[in-house]
Amino acid sequence: MLEQHEIALSVKNLNVYYGGFHALDNISLEIPARQITAIIGPSGCGKSTFLRCFNRMNDLVPTARVEGTALFYGQNIYDPKINPVEVRRHIGMVFQKPNPFPKSIYENVAYGARINGYKGDMDELVERSLRAAALWDEVKDNLKKSALALSGGQQQRLCIARAIAVEPQVILMDEPASALDPIATLKIEELMQELKKFYTIVIVTHNMQQAARVSDYTAMMMLSKEGSRAGTVIEFGPTSQIFTKPKDKRTEDYVTGRFG
Amino acid sequence: MQESKLVTDVVFLRARADHDRREGIIRAVLLLFSIVSVFTTLGIIAVLLQETILFFQEVSIVEFFTDTVWTPLFASKKFGVLPLVNGTLLVAAGAMLIALPLGLLAAIYLSEYASDRARKILKPMLEILAGVPTVVYGYFALTFITPLLQKIWSETQAFNALSASIVMGFMILPLVASLSEDAMSAVPQSLRQAAYALGATRLEVTLRTVLPAALSGISAAFILAVSRAIGETMIVAIAAGQQPKLTLNPLQSIETMTAYIVQVSLGDTPQQSIAYKTIFAVGMLLFTMTLTMNLISNWLTRRYREVYE
Repeated sequence: MLEQHEIALSVKNLNVYYGGFHALDNISLEIPARQITAIIGPSGCGKSTFLRCFNRMNDLVPTARVEGTALFYGQNIYDPKINPVEVRRHIGMVFQKPNPFPKSIYENVAYGARINGYKGDMDELVERSLRAAALWDEVKDNLKKSALALSGGQQQRLCIARAIAVEPQVILMDEPASALDPIATLKIEELMQELKKFYTIVIVTHNMQQAARVSDYTAMMMLSKEGSRAGTVIEFGPTSQIFTKPKDKRTEDYVTGRFG
Repeated sequence: MQESKLVTDVVFLRARADHDRREGIIRAVLLLFSIVSVFTTLGIIAVLLQETILFFQEVSIVEFFTDTVWTPLFASKKFGVLPLVNGTLLVAAGAMLIALPLGLLAAIYLSEYASDRARKILKPMLEILAGVPTVVYGYFALTFITPLLQKIWSETQAFNALSASIVMGFMILPLVASLSEDAMSAVPQSLRQAAYALGATRLEVTLRTVLPAALSGISAAFILAVSRAIGETMIVAIAAGQQPKLTLNPLQSIETMTAYIVQVSLGDTPQQSIAYKTIFAVGMLLFTMTLTMNLISNWLTRRYREVYE
């Protein structure tokens, strides 16, 4: 089913431990390039942990240990020779709660480019990124204003613009609309459809309607077995199939609202 | 039935009144204690002001702030406070040159680099350093640092500004480190994550995200440290000397405002004399300086609390 798409990310036998706690149990999955892949599942099944494996954010947790491979266009991002900082420059992230820096709108977008030693025209990059995040028209006269003065939805689009400005291949989104009202959520969802022309998007969401609306592929996560607290992917496929003809009984129960 | 209900109501009302009276007493006692500190401060200001006004009836305020010689204890009296201010600022500046950079580096290590375990061990140890009595620091300056300085620069005087500065710097370092670390730890984790996710290294996260976000808190810590250095008494009284001098040479003996006040209060200067009254004028000036610093620091702290809202 994935044959028609190039594979951007591919994990094989991925296990994550926090100290003695087994958080992710043996996940294998291929994420198609320039498509939107949703990760759904009940709370506490490790969706965010899984997402954070792709840009090595779990490295920031001192007790975290990742086993298995995660290939980014064929390169293992967990290869000891790979610099995690380099990984994050190619695989961007948008967080659950908008987290703009307490700086101006302009400086927020320019942040990533500055630390990467961007040599081009910064004004042009900022404008291009804000346009790509569908925020330019709302802020173009106030680029020097504090990002904290923006509304929640605008802040989240600013965070997307900030991620885009680093020119990544992949954008990871960790419940990007869960703190937003329905109109702001709709804007983010429309934006995602624009962004998938250029970027591979992986989104974690609690909201099954959202997953059904925006994504091309869906990964269903759940605790791997009774009594265990480790999450795993129990089913993966085109979103339409997951929501209409799921193969796994548990997926069916979850997407029809019978549990979770 | 009706009657018993009535009785219950009466009991209820009395209990309520008892409760209110008890609350009232507790409130009054607590209020009293908070007023005590307010009145103490007001009392100090009143005494300082009163004596300062008496002093300025005899000595011109212009002379006080412009004359460059301070000799109220000599036969030919001169009341130029500048040498004392100079001594105070010279020692404080030297102390800041040590306390600010080292304190900030320690805070950066504790907040951004240290493991949880290292921080849990190091921070309390640093705070113990802040608990060492200042008289100990004073003798450390006089008997250890000064001989060391004399070996390096033979012209170093037995009492000198530099040795007091160095020791005072180390005394204030924990204050700077602890308050700056608080300010940096208060920066939300989400901002660090945002920076890491954009491909920032730990150093870039620290310098470009955490420090700017904590800047007003760190400035407040710095200003509080300056205020502490200006008001510090024991170290300078022991190690810096008693010679009011307009000099920028830290190897020389100087006198700070605080050390002068100690010198006069412990000496045999007659209580009603003009020489004795000088200490109130100097004290008032000192109080104004540290109060201003504390107000600025308070204002900065309030500002930085609003940053993330």
